[in-house]
Amino acid sequence: MTAVLEQWAGRVRAAAADGKPLRLRGGGSKDFYGRAVAGEADDWLDTREYAGIVAYEPTELVVTARCGTPLAELEAALAEKGQALSFEPPHFGAGATVGGCVVAGLAGPRRAQAGAVRDFVLGAKLLDGQGDLLAFGGQVMKNVAGYDVPRLLAGSLGTLGLIAEVSLKVLPFAVATQTLRFAMAQEAALASLNRWGGQPLPITASAWCDGVLHLRLEGAAAAVSAATRKLGGEMGGEAVAAPEAAAFWAALREQTHAFFAAGALADAPLWRLSVPSLTPPLDLPGAQLIEWGGAQRWLRGGEAATPAAIRQAAQRAGGHATLFRAGAGERSVSDVFQPLSAPLARIHRNLKTAFDPHGVFNPGRMYPDF
Amino acid sequence: MSTESTPAAPRFDVDRRLLVARLRAVLPPRSLLVDEEDLRPYECDGLTAYRELPLIVALPANEGEAQAVLRICHELRVPVVPRGAATGLSGGAMPHRDGVVVSLAKLKEIVRIDPLARTAVVQPGVRNLAVSEAAAPYKLYYAPDPSSQIACTIGGNVSENSGGVHCLKYGLTVHNVLRVRGLTVEGEVVEFGNAALDAPGYDLLALINGSEGMLALITEVTVKLTPKPELAQVVLASFDDVTKAGNAVADIIAAGIIPAGLEMMDKKATHAVEPYVNAGYDMNAEAILLCESDGTPEEVAEEIGRMKAVLEKSGASEIRVSQSEAERLLFWAGRKAAFPAVGRITPDYLCMDGTIPRKNLARMLIAINEMEARYGLRCANVFHAGDGNLHPLLMYDANQPGQLERATAFGAEILELSVELGGTITGEHGVGVEKINQMCAQFTPLELDAFHRLKAAFDPAGLFNPGKAIPTAARCREYRQTGRPGQGGALSGAVPGTSSNFPDAPRF
Repeated sequence: MTAVLEQWAGRVRAAAADGKPLRLRGGGSKDFYGRAVAGEADDWLDTREYAGIVAYEPTELVVTARCGTPLAELEAALAEKGQALSFEPPHFGAGATVGGCVVAGLAGPRRAQAGAVRDFVLGAKLLDGQGDLLAFGGQVMKNVAGYDVPRLLAGSLGTLGLIAEVSLKVLPFAVATQTLRFAMAQEAALASLNRWGGQPLPITASAWCDGVLHLRLEGAAAAVSAATRKLGGEMGGEAVAAPEAAAFWAALREQTHAFFAAGALADAPLWRLSVPSLTPPLDLPGAQLIEWGGAQRWLRGGEAATPAAIRQAAQRAGGHATLFRAGAGERSVSDVFQPLSAPLARIHRNLKTAFDPHGVFNPGRMYPDF
Repeated sequence: MSTESTPAAPRFDVDRRLLVARLRAVLPPRSLLVDEEDLRPYECDGLTAYRELPLIVALPANEGEAQAVLRICHELRVPVVPRGAATGLSGGAMPHRDGVVVSLAKLKEIVRIDPLARTAVVQPGVRNLAVSEAAAPYKLYYAPDPSSQIACTIGGNVSENSGGVHCLKYGLTVHNVLRVRGLTVEGEVVEFGNAALDAPGYDLLALINGSEGMLALITEVTVKLTPKPELAQVVLASFDDVTKAGNAVADIIAAGIIPAGLEMMDKKATHAVEPYVNAGYDMNAEAILLCESDGTPEEVAEEIGRMKAVLEKSGASEIRVSQSEAERLLFWAGRKAAFPAVGRITPDYLCMDGTIPRKNLARMLIAINEMEARYGLRCANVFHAGDGNLHPLLMYDANQPGQLERATAFGAEILELSVELGGTITGEHGVGVEKINQMCAQFTPLELDAFHRLKAAFDPAGLFNPGKAIPTAARCREYRQTGRPGQGGALSGAVPGTSSNFPDAPRF
């Protein structure tokens, strides 16, 4: 172990011995996400002390980086070689780190086509709740030796341990890209997205909001131009100029788009509903923005609906709801994530104990009881 | 035959008469096998070198019956070994001598295909290829295509996180499964994932994939369906040198191309295959590459052009592009028939499954050549080159004294070199009983201990598939102390990947 990791292992062991929680934090860009950590004020560990790209070989399609590596730095290194993190992670601030990106498990506009964070996690070195450094997975695409702990860590909100180092699959940039814009009501947009999804079209992102559907095509130049002709001609899609399109998708990913930014964001809760793409327009008060071909629905200004009603609507559709950004003063008292069924809750508690027997890491960040 | 070489699974004290009586109360007579002649067909899976008679075989016809079986087994502390089509190559479905094999063969219904949502809900005993066949009228298919796909089942695919030749572009099983419904060891219904793209809490769905029947019994799976590409074409490239072929693989990726499939065969493999299939492979080549492009006709034309340019620059001695679907299938037929073709020219063979970083492909081939001389055995090499997944086929004759031991040590050395080169001992076949010793080389005692704790989080009683996948600390101590492969005796009991229950089924 390096000096930093030795020191961290010591802190973990001390926290375990004292029965005090340790809050893991990188740049703090996703502080808003999840529940407030129990005993948050006590102690926090700054993961930025352990930073840097450990290995990157473009022909292996894998990059390995330390937890505190700035996400922007990693993406810049990949871009230099014409590659990227295909899941298009949101940064939500200049300080976003690679470790935070993985444990938050949030993916951007390309998720429905390319996959989630967990789909790209190949390996991880984890400092567990006893201060031991464990290596799972590796740097290769196919690996079924042992349980798939690296993917389990994606989205675990730092509750299972501290990811010291992570290996991610990367992919080349698409050769060509074109964004189209359609004037369309919500029902028509959902129907079109699901129909197009079943056709061999190079759709890599979609967003419907306020009567306008944006569609991004990416792939081989020939495929993109053929799809542009087809969708532009038959469906009346209007081509969006490249700089405007890039700005649009970036704003969507970073939630600086007017839907998210307008009004007093700090005071209005933002809900994320993850539902089957075929789910008809949700009958909930407030404004909605639809992504991922219909599978991700953002809800703002839905104060007229109770959290229970929102969760019920998501569950009835076959999905779940997350209080993505709580309104002012709500955070510490709110349940952020959809409650789990009894057997799942038991497995979650057992897993937490398996990796973090003394409850050191981010207690309460995901669910109140662990 | 309960062989001495079977890796020791923990024993359980089971009252067989009581167990049979209890199970008879919940299953129809034909769904419970208790006589030795009926149990015999279940004694092994695709890894035939390891055999064990189960105590009982239960064939539940629905989730309710499976639940009743699990509840009884849990109450009486009886091991449960889930079984699909038993095409697996690592012994994951090998019975436990004190346990019940729960065969999911009767759960073979395609519950529904939803073309608009592009999903299929299927029971675990549905065959992989049957899903694609059912989806074909909607111009959709299920992308993961392990070569045993005519026989292997979705439940088994999830348990092993199966791959196939197209997973570089389309992903493994874990990337194509949305939801797994199953039963906990206590017999409770549990759902991992859902009909949406993610679920609250930990990503247990990712954990279930590749868990080798150690965490839950699968009763239903929702898979993602993919639009069928309009066209596929394959480039067949010959190389007069294995290093050039290995480097060409890296060159393709470096050019920003993700082929739909990228396979490599060495001369010994092509020479075994060609007389059997007449695929038209270049018999003078030291290695060949198969590089596939799929998509719209425009897209394929563009990509094939880029692939050809790279392969030429990488020093290919001959390049051919399939000019028809028939020719494309013929080029692939050779690759798909590699295992049975090798089976024809040798009495026995072992199939290895290591994965290494692509850049080390040539180095591995050269090392294997050197090992062939040292062990006095031949090895044909078939690689999923695009993902660095190797299937060296070690040829031996079990009737010649010492050959099995030499082949076993040869295989172990390849796997340990895979780990040394930054890879893994198994890319897609699983650990099962076959590679349990090599797990000691890949993981530290602390890591293995974490795996055991993870298993206990799902299965505190340790009843699902005991003795598989993760070695005990005691086993690893012994393995580490008794020497290294190549010096004899190190791997007593490790007889990887011998011929199978389905000798003619193509496989990877």
